[in-house]
Amino acid sequence: MVGIKKVEYGKKQVLSTSDAIAYAVRLCEPKVTAVYPITPQTWIAEKITELINNGEMDSELILVESEHSSCSAILGAAATGVRTFSATSSQGLALMNEVLHVLSGMRLPSVFAIASRALSSPINIWADHSDMMNSRDTSWIQLFCESAQEAHDTIIQAYKISEKALLPVFVVVDGYTLSHVYEPVFIETKQKVKSFIGDYKPTHAYLDPKKPMTQGPIGYPSEYMDFKLEQQRAMNKALNVIKETNRKFKIKFGRSYGNGLIDERVRSKRVIIAMGSMCTTLRGLEKKYKKTKYEFSLIKIKSFRPFPKKELLRALSNATDIAVIDRAMSYGNAGPLFIEVSSALGEAGYRKRINNFIVGLGGREARIKDFEFIIKNIGRESYWINVNGGKNISFSAVI
Amino acid sequence: MGLPKEEFYVSGARNCAGCGFPTIIRIVTKAAGKNTIIVNATGCMEVVSTPYPQTAWKLPWVHAAFENAAAVASGVEAALKKLKKDANVIVFGGDGGTYDIGFQALSGMMERGHNVLYICYDNEAYENTGIQRSSSTPKFSWTTTTPIGKKIRGKRRWKKPITEIMAAHGSPFVATASPHLHMDLFNKVKKALSIKGPKFMKVLSPCVIGWKIPSNKTIEVEELAVESGVFPIYEIVNGKLTINYKPKKLRPVKEYLMMQGRFKHLNEKEIRSIQERVNKYWKYLLNLEKLDNAFFV
Repeated sequence: MVGIKKVEYGKKQVLSTSDAIAYAVRLCEPKVTAVYPITPQTWIAEKITELINNGEMDSELILVESEHSSCSAILGAAATGVRTFSATSSQGLALMNEVLHVLSGMRLPSVFAIASRALSSPINIWADHSDMMNSRDTSWIQLFCESAQEAHDTIIQAYKISEKALLPVFVVVDGYTLSHVYEPVFIETKQKVKSFIGDYKPTHAYLDPKKPMTQGPIGYPSEYMDFKLEQQRAMNKALNVIKETNRKFKIKFGRSYGNGLIDERVRSKRVIIAMGSMCTTLRGLEKKYKKTKYEFSLIKIKSFRPFPKKELLRALSNATDIAVIDRAMSYGNAGPLFIEVSSALGEAGYRKRINNFIVGLGGREARIKDFEFIIKNIGRESYWINVNGGKNISFSAVI
Repeated sequence: MGLPKEEFYVSGARNCAGCGFPTIIRIVTKAAGKNTIIVNATGCMEVVSTPYPQTAWKLPWVHAAFENAAAVASGVEAALKKLKKDANVIVFGGDGGTYDIGFQALSGMMERGHNVLYICYDNEAYENTGIQRSSSTPKFSWTTTTPIGKKIRGKRRWKKPITEIMAAHGSPFVATASPHLHMDLFNKVKKALSIKGPKFMKVLSPCVIGWKIPSNKTIEVEELAVESGVFPIYEIVNGKLTINYKPKKLRPVKEYLMMQGRFKHLNEKEIRSIQERVNKYWKYLLNLEKLDNAFFV
């Protein structure tokens, strides 16, 4: 267990990202928390149970017997009408998959922190985005973070977003490479957070014997599809909810993350699109290569779901060459983010040179020289990076 | 004393004629009263009672999936605690959702000690998907996945002892009941709800389609199940087992079996084997009844 020293609210201090998340959750005061151990999420669960057992956090803790049950218990609590929290990774998120769909379909808000990690087999406990991509179509909002501070702040934003959009939210940090990193973090105060997110008093979902409600009925072909249309409508609306929440957050707390959906700081004709902790490395290189022949600009996708198509296309309007870095693979095709970006460009009728780099699966190191290879090859061939003993292998050579 | 008049499960639901379950719900909810929240596992009951935008439930009701009703109920109960609201939380799950796919979640709920009454309506097969074998299906029974073949005749294993397994979790109240003994069922629900902690009941729920019985024979088949000792009626309160209904003399199982199409293929040897098992189990229960603590709580 880490973080023995006392955390001070309303102050900047060095903390692990896991602790930064746990303290943000504590500030949001979910009434029910359900967790199950899985690496590398476990630090979050441990810190929260410590806070609850010490009386620092007032939440009913359910130490479940599986992630399937943690998601189910959260569903039950959210259906009863309270704010909820859980955290997981990898196989745990995959095990929840069935219930993820049910929870979002019932339009129950919740916030889950994910320390993202590879999926078996082979079993592997290190970072990549396979677990998130496997959850792509669950109708959960997915917000990827890059720093401990962003994770802390995004948890706070996530409750507001979730309860406004009536969709559950994943706050994602890369397993180990971010979840276990210690950084200076400003931990907010309860008063400020409370006034930002307010109380959760649902009018659409509760279990009250005084006002009986049937939740989770069967939807026949004559009804089902219209529910699904509403979900898509909610996701579309969520784009503005996320942006608006990020804007209000900036006014209240003085920090924001791009426009809440994407983060682009400079514009160049050569662009790299990425998600998660590797954006920090890329931002360093963005500076290094500025005004050289390899100049590029980074677009960080913060919201993978809903996918900010309009904002992304605007950011790419003058781009000629685009590289998309994926930390996951859709086997039989390409990286999932690459497919998303290509689809958005195709739909808009844009013709740009675009390629894909598969990087860092299962914690495989993504070295500076790997990123430099990518920077020099934007818009050319697609590659698997740092494989088979440090080689870069083009997609066409994977036969 | 009769049952209260107020109904919480309205008429017009899409159950099959003769379905055992509505009788159970009506008696259970009459005993529990208005201040009750229902959690339903996926199964016939959820399907027939909530075709959107209609509902047969006059109580708050939630359904999520097949295997997680106990976990959902755990969350409901936890939320109620934090809201400082006091309401009965009752789960209804079929035998598939209880004995098999929901077993882990149920075990977790029992171990964690949530204040929930879990009621398994036991119709001894996956009836909703069209009569497939569950671990509650009786030995030799026909189902669509245990057909009567030349090599293998029906189900090969005895029924899983779910009530004993629940009692072994240290539950303060475990019981069996049959709707034909309606006051016994009613009183057991009352009693269960008066005790704090995780409670479990197994209630016999004949399925006219799966058991292949005429729709006017449901109560009769329940009665014979109990009179023959196939489905003994007992309760385990804080580990102490009491048989609540003892027929003067057990009726032959053959009578019970021959009422039902699912057993019509049975030969004398198979019937004898069932009879011996029922006799042995009855004796076992009588022995347990003599103990102060048949189960350790």
